[in-house]
Amino acid sequence: MENTDIVKENKWLKYKEKGIEGFFFLNGILAVFILLGIFFLLIREGYPTFKEVSIVEFLTSTRWNPTSYSQSGYGIVSMVVSTLAVTIGSLLFSVPVGIAAAAYLAEIAGRKEREILKPVIEILASIPSVVIGFLGIVLVGPAIARFFNISNGLNVINGSILLGIMAIPTIVSISEDAISSVPDKYKQASLALGTNRWHTLIKVTIPAALSGITAAVMLGMGRAIGETMAVLMATGNATAFPKGIFTSIRTLTATIAIELGEVPYNTTHYHSLFAIGAVLFMMTFLVNLVSDIVLHKYGEGE
Amino acid sequence: MENLEKKIIVNDLDFYYGDFQALENISLEVPVNKVTAFIGPSGCGKSTFLRTLNRMNDLIAGTKVDGEVLIDSENIYHECVDVVNLRKRIGMVFQDPNPFPKSIYENVAYGPKAHGIKDKDKLDQIVEKSLRQAALWDEVKDRLDKSAMGISGGQQQRLCIARALSVNPDVLLMDEPTSALDPIATAKIEDLIEDLKKEYTIVIVTHSMQQAARISDYTAFFLMGDLIEHSLTQNIFEKPENKKTEDYITGRFG
Repeated sequence: MENTDIVKENKWLKYKEKGIEGFFFLNGILAVFILLGIFFLLIREGYPTFKEVSIVEFLTSTRWNPTSYSQSGYGIVSMVVSTLAVTIGSLLFSVPVGIAAAAYLAEIAGRKEREILKPVIEILASIPSVVIGFLGIVLVGPAIARFFNISNGLNVINGSILLGIMAIPTIVSISEDAISSVPDKYKQASLALGTNRWHTLIKVTIPAALSGITAAVMLGMGRAIGETMAVLMATGNATAFPKGIFTSIRTLTATIAIELGEVPYNTTHYHSLFAIGAVLFMMTFLVNLVSDIVLHKYGEGE
Repeated sequence: MENLEKKIIVNDLDFYYGDFQALENISLEVPVNKVTAFIGPSGCGKSTFLRTLNRMNDLIAGTKVDGEVLIDSENIYHECVDVVNLRKRIGMVFQDPNPFPKSIYENVAYGPKAHGIKDKDKLDQIVEKSLRQAALWDEVKDRLDKSAMGISGGQQQRLCIARALSVNPDVLLMDEPTSALDPIATAKIEDLIEDLKKEYTIVIVTHSMQQAARISDYTAFFLMGDLIEHSLTQNIFEKPENKKTEDYITGRFG
């Protein structure tokens, strides 16, 4: 009697277990479905572009002028280069600052300083990008114009600085976690060999935290590529090919944001904006893929 | 012991963690090219004392040292002493094998590089010499560029010894170097210590009395922050002078 009871209960438990497992599995793969859905949407809406525009022109021409009366142009090269320019520019400044700040917080700052600074840096991440855009228009842009004695401060360098400011909290926060979690025994071993703190930080601690720092930089970079509002406001909104760091530009994201609201539905212009979205998607995907490969390579043996 | 050349002379050393006094009035001499073992129950201050010899305790906030530690007749707690240089002369091997997450080669080359040696041939030589001294060369010579995290615990500890030797110290401090290792790996390290004392003065903290008896020439017994007895290892184990030493040796406590 008792035996059969136990057997019955076991069966029920087994179904319950399976059910719970299935529920979590569905949640787990939900992200995959959403991702595929977005990708499918971008491809489906973007694809009709290429009925009128050759894919070669789309990917190699620098002329973006879909609403021209005489000869419309659908080349995205200028915008891709603009996006890359502000992204790389922002990293040039946010990566060193971010890692240095993270190293300070993790290794040098006392507990009190850390407890004040870390939340403050994290609040920086929560400032809406529109507000950062304001900052670019009224403060950073004019300052750049004055400092370099140029007429217009809304340009690549302005966008880079703003994106850098937005990427810094991500880079600091994740890098700090990575540096803090480097075991103390590595530092002790280094110091016991007669090296100073600075040398230990540069040669042992930071390299040991490199996988985490790489992840931090990639996340910061992902944010910079995808950021729309601030770069739209602060880079001058010019679709020409960027000729230097003082050129006004327009990024891929800004183009979508500006034009999608006014474009007639189901025209080539409309579809081309989705095609730009697909390009953006692939760029961020590539960044993530590369960072994954880098992480695996450096993570070897850990 | 009176006739031997002294490498380290400690006079009236007190050590504090904040308000807690961890070492009281320690005076002790370490002869050159011998193995001196520190034994005693957990928390007796033997590791703390070891770490006063290369000033690793400086890294812990709120510690204080009184008294003097002379190494080659130089007080290492004198305010003009460069701690970085001191630690170059006094190598240290830790309880847990702690190779850097770098290649085997880079682990050994790290110290010399830090001290300004850039020449690749010179570095190669140092790496080979240090690994040979640590009896590890034959086991790793074909995979110097592989991660040090991929070798066994015993090999890692010998790598750490090679790393400590790479900067050419005179003294090697070892803080329970075999407590995380299996008996075979332990035996290898003990053989190695026997070889190394020809060139280095070795101070080893150990939990195992048998180990102290096997490898050391001199043994110091610590209890509750006091140095109870310090003598030839044979004397300590065969005819200890202090009752507390005898009780510990015979396993009555600790």
